[in-house]
Amino acid sequence: MTKVTFVESDGTRHEVEARNGRPLMHAAVQNGVPGIDADCGGQCMCATCHVILDDDWYGRVGPPNSEEEEMLAPTPERTPTSRLSCQITVSDDLEGIVVQLPEFQM
Amino acid sequence: MLDAVSRPRMVDADPWSIPLEQIDVSQADLYEHDLHWPYFERLRKEDPVHYCADSDFGAYWSVTKFNDIAQVDRQHKIFSSEPTVTISEPQEEIPFQSFIQMDPPKHDAQRAAVQPVVAPANLSKLEPIIRQRAGAILDALPEGETFDWVDTVSIELTTQMLATLFDFPFQERRKLTYWSDIATGGPELAGSNLVTEEERTAGLMECMQAFTDLWHERVNGTPGNDLISMLAHSERTRDMINEPMEFLGNLILLIVGGNDTTRNSITGGVLALNQFPAEYDKLRANPDLIPNMVSEIIRWQTPVSSMSRRVKEDTELRGRKIRKGDKVVMWYVSGNRDDEVIEDPMAFRIDRDHARHHLSFGFGLHRCMGNRLAEMQLRIVWEEITKRFHTVEVTGAPIRNRSNMIRGYRELPVRLRRL
Repeated sequence: MTKVTFVESDGTRHEVEARNGRPLMHAAVQNGVPGIDADCGGQCMCATCHVILDDDWYGRVGPPNSEEEEMLAPTPERTPTSRLSCQITVSDDLEGIVVQLPEFQM
Repeated sequence: MLDAVSRPRMVDADPWSIPLEQIDVSQADLYEHDLHWPYFERLRKEDPVHYCADSDFGAYWSVTKFNDIAQVDRQHKIFSSEPTVTISEPQEEIPFQSFIQMDPPKHDAQRAAVQPVVAPANLSKLEPIIRQRAGAILDALPEGETFDWVDTVSIELTTQMLATLFDFPFQERRKLTYWSDIATGGPELAGSNLVTEEERTAGLMECMQAFTDLWHERVNGTPGNDLISMLAHSERTRDMINEPMEFLGNLILLIVGGNDTTRNSITGGVLALNQFPAEYDKLRANPDLIPNMVSEIIRWQTPVSSMSRRVKEDTELRGRKIRKGDKVVMWYVSGNRDDEVIEDPMAFRIDRDHARHHLSFGFGLHRCMGNRLAEMQLRIVWEEITKRFHTVEVTGAPIRNRSNMIRGYRELPVRLRRL
């Protein structure tokens, strides 16, 4: 298990335990974190599990691949350090990661 | 093309005994009579990727299972949206084009230009006016007498919304409804019987003229927050006016996208709650279920029953060999009833788990752009209905659309019981 924190756009923090080997998105859904819709169920086919990383974590986690980029591109709140949380796999390396949720998922 | 004399009609056949190869779910009267369900149930079980060699629209593949549909939708390099996303061939009379029928990179640029108007941040600003207009429509409804919910509420509300989004002359707003209807109607397009091809052509030309006038008015003015201003002033789309068929196509896409779908979901919700009265009880007891119910309505209704793709390279789906040039129809209406993904899928359950996991918006690059607007409109309508009425009671059978693409209603008689 790895400790991860989701921060809602109003600043509300949700610190949860995430299962290693599973997508980060699952940790939000399993723990009822509001603001992650995950409409497609984690297959990179929508963009409703959008999270924003800080520069440091983005550097460690890495950029989206081309398929993820296609889904992220039209998202209005997309930033240079945006990712889809269904495409980030939880591991010990992510211990303590803090991700920001956009105000809206689209 | 419409000479179908020799082909078996599905509405008259027995869906469980007709030879598989004769099944043709493109026949629009199947949807008009709500008789498509057993055909899809059988296809999902016995032949989930089904080939129909001969139909009013030529040969086509049907994809009927939830996850297969999602895979076709996401693989846009193999399953192309060009030159069209309908089961029929591109229209020659008025060959209009829009980003729904484009692949990257052109698709991406045009979509990006109009997406901001339906972005949730922008929608929050629209919420008060939508709520006020919805309330005014509901307050004016007759009590104790039967009236048509489709025209009086569903069409009126979505049309007012659309007029607001386009900043279209408010008194002439029903023209938007008409243009939307004829754009998806016409016998050649989806097997519909709404208008003749001549009426359709004339109507679409009128639509283009009206919007060309509005464009010229807005391009020289201060940019407003409406869709026409956005198109006229965006660097990516401001030359669109010089490509009349592209201009018309994108307008039609936005009109149809903002009209039919939400309209039919507003009506579908009333019908669903009447067919499942225990769910109506749940709603009365707990209006906080409305956001979840909205997703369930959108799944249950599936207002866009299908979208089609053209195959760019030989491929395989569930072991079936699909060749370059073939036509593949994704039947969202079937995938949303796939019991391998959705529990008890024929049931309407307003407190369903994972209600957002449905196919009605499609997936991938072409996923519905207006999904949040649609959800917001439905949420507001139901919040305002539950404040005012104990029951919107359905008093007779609906009259359904004759179309294999737009799944909806032309009439639904109802009577109101106030709180």
